[in-house]
Amino acid sequence: MKRASKNLIVVPPRSDRRFYGHGVPRVDLDQLAGKLIVVEGADGSGRSTQIAMLVEWLEGTGHATTQVGLKRSTLVSEELDRAQEGNILSRTTLSLFYATDFADQLENIILPALKAGFIVLADRYIYTLMARDMVRGMDEAWLKNVYGIALEPDTVFYLNVPPEELVQRNFAKNLALDYWESGMDIGLSRDMFDSFMQYQRAMEKTFRHLQTIYGFTIVDGMRSAEAINNELRKKISAVLAGK
Amino acid sequence: MKTFAELGFPGRLIAVEGLDGSGKSTQIYLLKRWLELQGLKVYFSEWNSSELVKAATSKGKKRELLTPTTFSLIHATDFADRYERHLVPLVRAGYLVLCDRYIFTAYARDVVRGCPPEWVRGIYNFAAHPDLTFFFKADLEVSLQRILDGRPQLKYFEAGMDLRLSTDLYESFRIFQGRMLEQYLAMSTEFNFLVIDANQLVETQQTTVRELVSQRINLPKFKHKEKLPGKAAPESRRKTKSEVEVPVE
Repeated sequence: MKRASKNLIVVPPRSDRRFYGHGVPRVDLDQLAGKLIVVEGADGSGRSTQIAMLVEWLEGTGHATTQVGLKRSTLVSEELDRAQEGNILSRTTLSLFYATDFADQLENIILPALKAGFIVLADRYIYTLMARDMVRGMDEAWLKNVYGIALEPDTVFYLNVPPEELVQRNFAKNLALDYWESGMDIGLSRDMFDSFMQYQRAMEKTFRHLQTIYGFTIVDGMRSAEAINNELRKKISAVLAGK
Repeated sequence: MKTFAELGFPGRLIAVEGLDGSGKSTQIYLLKRWLELQGLKVYFSEWNSSELVKAATSKGKKRELLTPTTFSLIHATDFADRYERHLVPLVRAGYLVLCDRYIFTAYARDVVRGCPPEWVRGIYNFAAHPDLTFFFKADLEVSLQRILDGRPQLKYFEAGMDLRLSTDLYESFRIFQGRMLEQYLAMSTEFNFLVIDANQLVETQQTTVRELVSQRINLPKFKHKEKLPGKAAPESRRKTKSEVEVPVE
């Protein structure tokens, strides 16, 4: 059978790899052939829909993919869940627990997958973790040091959806607001709706601040899933072409 | 970072550091008993003992899932939990808090495992420094022998086997502990370690420890209050005005 040249699969060129800070020991950055794509955004911003569409598209174009997300590590995910159920951990502890979860996935999933040339799609990354802690009053410099272990992604998207719309989407999906996503632990308001709105506004503000440091792409999440996905694909295609 | 005393907290924190098998746990236990028998408010906390975090740590260790970074972070999580929920509130409540290992264990161990020193120190910069830190300095052979006398086998991480220093467990332990010792000694002056010669007899070491503690901490200040406030406390001697404590409401 004759193969048309358009079936040729693009081999992405190597990225210049860097850690944000001190990094993790014993990693040869030059060996990381794959790409790291991050999708950030609040619950209800459409992250999982977008990631699912990206996986379809990437696999269709011949790229192997792996997905990671928060609280999915073998090491501590169950313990983290239990800790949150009882809301018994104080801030620094919870923060470090999440950092452990992140580090476990970084070293055991992300880095090996990149080494094997996979495209890693991260459903949130260190920015959500940092923003959550910053909204809770933790020191930014301390967080930057902790997450200095993180690898700089090839591209980061932030799906921006205003709190008013997030609230509607959360109700449409679960008929309830999540305790943590409403920032109820902070005590902004006893009213969960008020707390949700205040918390999400604070998160949005913090993300805008982090954007000035980490330079991620802010994507308007109020459009159709297809329109958003087209925008993401365009940017990812550029990354894959080494642009 | 300041010590608890420098932060103006009423309690004091005493930490012991040293290699595995240096005898530090025995020494802090004896110190604890001595303080308790004097009727002082004492609380004891061990490294890696926070219930919730412990489950994850032991899973990680058992399945050898830990990397230097996650090893460091999970121990920091454990420490933060104990620090925020127990150590700080107790020091604020005027307790003598005894810690079997403190942040210096992480400083030494994580760095030997290859974590950048500035990163490790940055993580622990929320923690106040102990008011007294005893470092039990034993010869490598002495601590190795103590470990072997007490337990049939060395543990994987304790021997630093994850670092692939040697395929032989004992050789790996020797190299690993040797590097730990170097790290501890390098920190000794910076953090005002009170160095105890841990090759000595238990009793000899304990004598020194008790002497130093009573010299540097005003122990009578940490006595439990009388349990029955209605009855007059039997006075063994007259109190000077400055010694009279403010009653708790």
